[in-house]
Amino acid sequence: MRANCWIAPNNVAVKSVPDPQILNPRDAVVRITSTAICGSDLHLLQGYIPAMQKGDVLGHEFMGEVVELGPGVRDGLSIGDRVVVAFPIACGNCSSCERGLYSICENSNPNAGIAEKVMGHSPAGIFGYSHLLGGYAGGQAQYARVPYADVGTIKIDDDLADEQVLFLSDVLPTGYMAAEMCDIRRGDTIAIWGAGPVGQFAAASALLLGAERVIVIDRFPYRLRIARENTGAETINYEQTDVLDALREMTAGRGPDACIDAVGMEGHHASAALHAYDKAKQATKAETDRPHALREAVLSCRNGGTISVIGAYGGFIDKFPMGSFMNRSLNMRSGQAHVQRYMRPLLERIRKGEIDPSFIITHTMGLEDAPHGFDIFKNKQDECLKVVLKP
Amino acid sequence: MGRTTAGMRSVTDSLGIERAGEDRGSEGLARFLGWVSLGLGVTALARREQVSRLSGVDDSPTARRVLAAAGVREFGHAAALLIPRRAGWGAWTRVAGDMLDLAAAGQAMKGRHGERRRRVTYTTWALAGITAVDVYTAVRATRGRRGRDANRVYGSVTVNRSTTEAYRFWHDFENLPRFMSHLQSVQTTGDRRSRWTAKAPAGRKVTWDAEIVDDRPGELITWRSIDGAQVPNSGSVRFVPATGGRGTEVRVELGFRAPGGIFGARVAKLFGEDPQQQVCDDLRRFKQVIETGEVTRSDASPDGSTVQQQMKQRPAQPLATHGSGR
Repeated sequence: MRANCWIAPNNVAVKSVPDPQILNPRDAVVRITSTAICGSDLHLLQGYIPAMQKGDVLGHEFMGEVVELGPGVRDGLSIGDRVVVAFPIACGNCSSCERGLYSICENSNPNAGIAEKVMGHSPAGIFGYSHLLGGYAGGQAQYARVPYADVGTIKIDDDLADEQVLFLSDVLPTGYMAAEMCDIRRGDTIAIWGAGPVGQFAAASALLLGAERVIVIDRFPYRLRIARENTGAETINYEQTDVLDALREMTAGRGPDACIDAVGMEGHHASAALHAYDKAKQATKAETDRPHALREAVLSCRNGGTISVIGAYGGFIDKFPMGSFMNRSLNMRSGQAHVQRYMRPLLERIRKGEIDPSFIITHTMGLEDAPHGFDIFKNKQDECLKVVLKP
Repeated sequence: MGRTTAGMRSVTDSLGIERAGEDRGSEGLARFLGWVSLGLGVTALARREQVSRLSGVDDSPTARRVLAAAGVREFGHAAALLIPRRAGWGAWTRVAGDMLDLAAAGQAMKGRHGERRRRVTYTTWALAGITAVDVYTAVRATRGRRGRDANRVYGSVTVNRSTTEAYRFWHDFENLPRFMSHLQSVQTTGDRRSRWTAKAPAGRKVTWDAEIVDDRPGELITWRSIDGAQVPNSGSVRFVPATGGRGTEVRVELGFRAPGGIFGARVAKLFGEDPQQQVCDDLRRFKQVIETGEVTRSDASPDGSTVQQQMKQRPAQPLATHGSGR
């Protein structure tokens, strides 16, 4: 089959690789009909997440048709079913899965030993997301093996288009969980750093969950425009406006009730000097992640408010405003999305027309064009917000 | 104290589990010698004149230089004995230093007479005494270390199953090869007896018979190889309910006499056969099997969690074995 493989930092290529096969009783093999490029794929692309190896198949947002099933798959999954696959691989049996914390499944990372050395304890395995998180072949391919298929998939009826349900695999639940972690109450103002797909869905979800006002912060006018037009959010372009001042002004000095960091490790800053400082530290490995958005989120949040960290971080950050965080009684919540927990309720919301996730798609192309898709997505060319690949 | 399993010193704890005896005495002695070294180093450098007079070598500038060098060296011994978490090998650096000092004293004896010769003689006797203490400490410390590290390994894991389920699964020894990667098979041969076959390095196989020594349902199983095994070994597994319904804490201890002794164990470690890491990986797979029914496999680690897999990863792309081209 053909698959999009990581070759070296900033180099991906579509290659012929062997077809996946059933390795375990609870596996399924899925023929992929739609797959997407995620913002976190860019962290992998640029080599900011360690433990990538030449030839690794990328991709963790995919859906398709079940073509092969292991003998141990329960819950009535059958050959021919149309399914969306959750990006965290989760067994459904460990204590974490039983509590609905699927992205910290205790069993799905065979390389947990390496992850423990870096992170203390290991999170779940993730498709196409480095050897630290399992070394699973990803879904930017014609086929993929899905372990614990009875837990990691949701069946989709035929009347919904791929474009409407594909993002149940990652970015929709991820944005939704970011908003849910804010514990939104009536009248709340939520500020969101990053108007990428996750930030867009976080904005839409915050309003769905009862926020009064949502403010999205980015530097690309087209992304801010999409947020205004599709989610009902207000926007701040941080290259034109000082974010802390603007947020203080918009909330009459209180600060937003909750702040969502939907940027993560590769943040930018309007001040060239500050950006250069973190860029240099990252280049010399003095820190792995550039936490511009997180610092601003902490400083601007109201006293006693919540910081919801959904943007991906890989390792260590520097100059975290701990004094502000501690003295002002802030809370922080975080995690890779526990996708399996949100797929069914969010599918219901899509079906009822409460949200149509397809608004983020700006480009659709064949699998063979994946390297081009990575390029325009990374460089924000051609107003790119989300690339869907059709294998 | 003093019961021996597979030739190891051991103590029995309150739960009836044999543990390798820790030799705390030698640790304390080694630390003490570290402080002595520090004191000697400071004295030799700060009171150079007095020390050289006392040891009877105040007549030669060379001897005084040797003395100063020995003082500096003492700081090295102090560091080796005081900084590491376990003093084990540090005492040997003192033994090596003693040899140098004795050689220097022997040299100083030549050509000295009267009072000075008498002082050098006293110094030599004092050095010999210190050497004896150092050798004793070093031998005891390294012996204690070997007993602990090379021959006995521990591991623990929490599983989301009741103590009874975990006990039952483990008690059927034929299940063990499903998660212990070095075991090929275990066959029950009698009421408390079983025959174990393990993979050994270089594609060889080792077979032995084992018997259950203690068996408390839902609580504990201990077993040991019966006489004549090539690799005498013993093991115990304890099942303790985790607090607040968090499943079962499974704690394993394995003891064995490594083939080829300490040397063999070290060579094996070089090839990634680290018994401590192996028991951790085995427990990780035990958790996977008892909770999910299968060993977790990815494209990069198709054999599941093993040290070797983690060191030598395949790329994360499908395996090419049956190659049924679609």
